[in-house]
Amino acid sequence: MTKPTIAFFDFAGCEGCQIEFTNYGDAATLELLKHVELVEFREAMSETTDERIEIALVEGSFTRDADRSRLEEIRRRARIVIAYGACAATGGINALKNHQDDFQECVYGPDARMPHLQSGTARPISSVIRVDYEARGCPASKYELLDIISCLLHDTEPVVLSYPVCIECKRLETVCRYDEGDHCMGQVARAGCGAPCPADGIPCEACRGFVDDPNIRALEKVLVERAGFSQRRAVGKSRMFTANLRS
Amino acid sequence: MLQNVNIDVHHLTRVEGHGNIVINVRDGTVETCEWQVPEAPRFFEAMVRGRHYSEVARVTSRICGICSVGHTLASVKATEAALGIEITPQTRKLRTILKHAENFDSHVLHVYILVAPDLLGAPSVFPLVATHGEVVARALRLKRLAHEWGSLIGGRTTHPTTVVPGGFAKLPTVKELAGMRERIAAAAPDLEATLETIAALAPGLPAFERPTEYMAVSCDEEYGLYDGYVQTILADGDRATYLVADYRTFTNEYVVPQSTAKYTKNRLDSYAAGALARFNVNYDQLHPEAKKAADALGLAPICTNPYMNSVAQVVEIVHSAYETLRLLDEVIAEGIAEEGIVQPTRFTGGASAVEVPRGILFHEYEYDNEGMCVKANCIIPTNQNHANIQGDFDALLPQLLASDRTEKEVELAFEMLVRAYDPCISCSTHCLDVTFAR
Repeated sequence: MTKPTIAFFDFAGCEGCQIEFTNYGDAATLELLKHVELVEFREAMSETTDERIEIALVEGSFTRDADRSRLEEIRRRARIVIAYGACAATGGINALKNHQDDFQECVYGPDARMPHLQSGTARPISSVIRVDYEARGCPASKYELLDIISCLLHDTEPVVLSYPVCIECKRLETVCRYDEGDHCMGQVARAGCGAPCPADGIPCEACRGFVDDPNIRALEKVLVERAGFSQRRAVGKSRMFTANLRS
Repeated sequence: MLQNVNIDVHHLTRVEGHGNIVINVRDGTVETCEWQVPEAPRFFEAMVRGRHYSEVARVTSRICGICSVGHTLASVKATEAALGIEITPQTRKLRTILKHAENFDSHVLHVYILVAPDLLGAPSVFPLVATHGEVVARALRLKRLAHEWGSLIGGRTTHPTTVVPGGFAKLPTVKELAGMRERIAAAAPDLEATLETIAALAPGLPAFERPTEYMAVSCDEEYGLYDGYVQTILADGDRATYLVADYRTFTNEYVVPQSTAKYTKNRLDSYAAGALARFNVNYDQLHPEAKKAADALGLAPICTNPYMNSVAQVVEIVHSAYETLRLLDEVIAEGIAEEGIVQPTRFTGGASAVEVPRGILFHEYEYDNEGMCVKANCIIPTNQNHANIQGDFDALLPQLLASDRTEKEVELAFEMLVRAYDPCISCSTHCLDVTFAR
C-alpha cells in the first residue's frame, strides 16, 4: 500500500512552524515516516513531485499578488489543504501592518518605491484558495498538527475547539494574569494550545485567533478597567495576532 | 572548459527562506552571476511602532522561527539598554545557556539535515533513513535534546515565552536543571559520533579560499555569544573593535536591485558573519573540548574557505554542550533565586548585539515616556552575508569554469556555497534605514 503523501509550502512567514516539525525526536519522527511520505518540503529537501499530493501544509500569509498562482497551483495539486500556523490561518503577526499606510517608507526609506519591495495587505491563504483545515497558533502546536494528520489518516474529523483559553488556564490551575497585576486576552482567544503562555507568566495574545463571535468591546473594556490600559493601547493590544479579525 | 552555462535555481532548497541563483555564461563570457533574494518583505520595524516595551520582543521574535530565541534575546537586551534595566547575574547566566541551546539546535539542523545530504549524494535527509538510519536518528535525537534544553529555560524554542525585559517570567527549578545537565552529559557519545561523521564527510567540501573580513560579538570573559563588543578580523590577523551602540557605522546598509534584503559592508567590500567568523575572531576562548574537535576536523583560524562554516558549526556544537555543562554546574551550585523582574529606570533608546546561529544580530529601539516603541531597527546576520555571498559567487565562477566540471557540478557547488552560509532569508528581508534623532 502506498503511504499518503505530505508536502510543505511556505509564503510570508518565519518558517517556525516548519521548524516545529523537526522537534518530535527520533522515535516519533521515524514512526510518523512509516505512515506518511514527505514529498516536498523546500526548507529541508530538494525533491519535488508532479504527483497529486494528499495533504498540503501551507505556512505563511498571502501578501503579494505574485504569490496567487503558486497558491492556486497548490490547491489544484492537493486533496487536502491545511493552513499551517497563524500567518496562514489568519494573517497572524504579519497583519499588524494592515492598519498602517506608511510601512514601506518606514522600513525602506527613499527606496520604498522600488518595485521588488512592494507588499500589500497580509491575508490568510483562505483569501485566495479553499482551506480544509487550520492548525492555528504562533507557532502552531506540533502535537496538534500530529492530531490533525492522525485524524485524517483514520478518516475522522479533527475537533475544532470553540471555547476560550481561560477554560484551559482554569483546568491547569494557572493563576489569572489579571490577579497577577498583568493583562490577558484569554477571555476571547480560541483554546486548543493548552494555555502555555499564562502558565509561563506572560499574557495570552490570541495567536490562535478569537472564539466564534468574540465580544471585542468587552475585551477592550477589561483591558482598560482591569489592566489600566489607555483606550488606544487596548485597541492596539487586541490586534496583536488578530488584526484581520477585528475592525 | 565550460563555454556556456545556464543555471537558474529558483527558490533554492534546504535553506530557510527564498533565494535564487542565476548564472549565465555565453562563449566563455560571464553575463550574469547573481545571488538573488526575492523573499516577501514583512516590515517588522514598522509593525512594532506603538507597541508596549513588554511585548516588543514577542513581535520581533516572529521575524524568524529558527533564530527566534536570538531575536528575543537581542530584543530584550536592546529594550533593557533603552530603559536603563540592569539584569542580574542569574538572568545573564540562564540567557547564555538558552543562547547555547539555540546555536546547538540550529547547527544540528543545518549540518545534519541541510548540508550532509549534499555530501552523501542525497537530495534530502529522508532517503537517508533507509541507508544511514543511525545518523538520521542521532540527528533527530540531538535536535530534540536542544529543543528540550532551550524549552526548559525559554518556555519553548520557537518564539520563547519566559524571556522578558528585566528577567524571566518563569524560572526553571534546580531539579529540572540538574536533570537537563545529566541529559546533555549523556549526549557525549552522540557528539563523538557527530565528529566522526563530519570528519569523514568534510573532505567532500570544495577547496575554495576567498579572504574577507570576519565580524562577531566578542567578550573578554567567554566566547562571544550573548553579549559583548564587536570585533572584526582580516585574513592577515588584523583586528578592529567597535562598540555595539555604533553599529550603523560598521554595517553601512545599502539597497541593491536583486534583493529585498539590504546589503552591508565595513572595512572591505563585504564581510562575513556566522560560525566561521566567530571561530576566526574568538578561537582562543573556545572550550578545550571544542578546540580538540577543531583539530580533529582540520579547522584552524584564520580559515578563509566559506564552505568550512558548516565545520565551524560542528566545533560550536561541542563548545555549546560543554560550556552549558559548566554553566549549569554553577547555577545548580548557586541555586535559583526568585528575583522578580527588574523595572525600567528611564525611557530612551538603546541597541544590542547577539550572536545567533547565522551570525551577529543587531536590534535597536527607541521608546516614549509611556514605554511605547516609537522606532526600531534590526540588522540580521544573513543580511550581512548577502554581499559576501555575492563576492564569493564572483570569485568562484571563474575557478569552476577553468576546472573540468559539468554544468550540474557547477550548479551544485553554488548551491552548497549558499547553504554553507546557512542563510536565514525570511529574517533578512525587512531592514530599514530610519535616521535616529538623538
